[in-house]
Amino acid sequence: MTVAAENFSFWYGEKQALHDITLSIADRQITALIGPSGCGKSTFLRSINRLQELLPGTRHTGLIALDGEDIHDRSMDVVGLRQRVGMVFQRWNLFPKSIYDNVAYGPKINGVSDREELDGIVERSLRRAALWEEVRDRLRQSALGLSGGQQQRLCIARALANDPEVLLLDEPASALDPIATQRIEELLYELRKDLSIVIVTHNLQQAGRVADSIAFFYLGRLIEAGPTQQLFTSPAQEQTEAYITGRFG
Amino acid sequence: MTQSTAVVPGGRRVPRNVTRRRVVSAVMIVLTYLAAAAATLPLIFILANLLRQGVGSLHWHFFTSMPKPVGEEGGGMANAIAGTLMLITIASAIGLPIGIGAGLFLAEQRGTRVANVVRFLSDVLNGLPSIVVGIFAWQLLVRPFHHFSALAGGIALAVMMIPIVARTTEEMIRLVPVSLREAALALGYTRWRTSLSIVLRSALPGIVTGALVAVARIAGETAPLLFTAFGNQFWSTSPGQPIAALPLQIFSYAISPYDDWHAQAWAGALVLIALVLVISVSARFATRSRYGRGHD
Repeated sequence: MTVAAENFSFWYGEKQALHDITLSIADRQITALIGPSGCGKSTFLRSINRLQELLPGTRHTGLIALDGEDIHDRSMDVVGLRQRVGMVFQRWNLFPKSIYDNVAYGPKINGVSDREELDGIVERSLRRAALWEEVRDRLRQSALGLSGGQQQRLCIARALANDPEVLLLDEPASALDPIATQRIEELLYELRKDLSIVIVTHNLQQAGRVADSIAFFYLGRLIEAGPTQQLFTSPAQEQTEAYITGRFG
Repeated sequence: MTQSTAVVPGGRRVPRNVTRRRVVSAVMIVLTYLAAAAATLPLIFILANLLRQGVGSLHWHFFTSMPKPVGEEGGGMANAIAGTLMLITIASAIGLPIGIGAGLFLAEQRGTRVANVVRFLSDVLNGLPSIVVGIFAWQLLVRPFHHFSALAGGIALAVMMIPIVARTTEEMIRLVPVSLREAALALGYTRWRTSLSIVLRSALPGIVTGALVAVARIAGETAPLLFTAFGNQFWSTSPGQPIAALPLQIFSYAISPYDDWHAQAWAGALVLIALVLVISVSARFATRSRYGRGHD
């Protein structure tokens, strides 16, 4: 499943946050969005599942397409779009419910009410998020009792339960310790076999480790995008080089 | 710096007037303690006085018997207790859904002109003297039908509940982290479903507290009932008929010239307070969050 943006611009009131972004996100690959704070990478990420436009006073021009379909088209159901495009946030935001209920939330809204089917989805999603072995004996306990890293993997499981085609991650590991971070990264590498993944990160090493390709944002513009190796070793733009060599940001 | 510090021979700067500033600080701290004590003492005095005066006349037949005519011993306020419960039920059935719905609207439409107007009007309504609310209910629900009724009383009380419930609901909903709302939206929840099943539920303990404050507030209201529910010396549970209420009964017994009626009024006041206490404790218990802490 590919995501493609064409001349996509986004405004918060009078302030333009994104300028004519044109970017393709490849199927079954990990694309990292990098850039200094306030560069628009999160705005772009959250535009892909149309979450950002819920903020009052925002507007956009241009196009974002999911496998060729305009996500802003009248025929595109925004609820359906968000089921196809899962999202994991910077701060793990589980519901104050049991582990099981958190994972089952998405499928339930999709109309899955059969107990066995639901059990299957929950187990499958937790396995895919590499969490099953750790929580299988306490599915009925509060999700808020898990460690930070576990909570974040549970957030991933919750997103996977909808069986999305694209997974968006907004700095998923920025609040985690190195070991928990590593587990998330390994997990993403595993998931990329069946999903397109877009990850926003401040951590260049992380981008280098997990991403197949990288898009560098600066001041609301897409400066450069390309395969990770190429972008890190021979960036075409001076700003990209300045950023990845740590001269700003 | 130059005024409040001086350079001592060692070159170290020490603040001037240290002693005076310490004294002022100590005095201020003592004053806040006194203010805190003054804020809690009335409640303690009221409760102590109520217990002292009320417990004596509190027999089981106070809860089960009807008021006796003047001169007869005993008697109770069974009808007034039932009446107050009924008025609270009517008021809550009308006031809570409207108040919570309005609060949800205020929180979701935050920043829009309509929301600001609604919030302002609701604050005005909250400040309206309760006797005015009573007159309004009389005008609308008593005069056209030519008789007082429990329904009119309940609606008058509901009008008083709505702004309290609306504002606390709004505040509690605002405390729900945006990240929770986003999590639900990102899973494909519609906006209203997110509001109802995630936001409202997360805010529930706080909303219940607000609702209880409102119930406690109206349970003791007398003025709006004077010309709506009116009071009733007899047993009635018909919404269309005048109904007895504890505050009304307390009022009429307290201003009577009879000592045993005064004692009954004290007992009634004690029961009223106990009633409010029981409602709030039990509802708190019922909404205790099973997973993690809710918003308090």
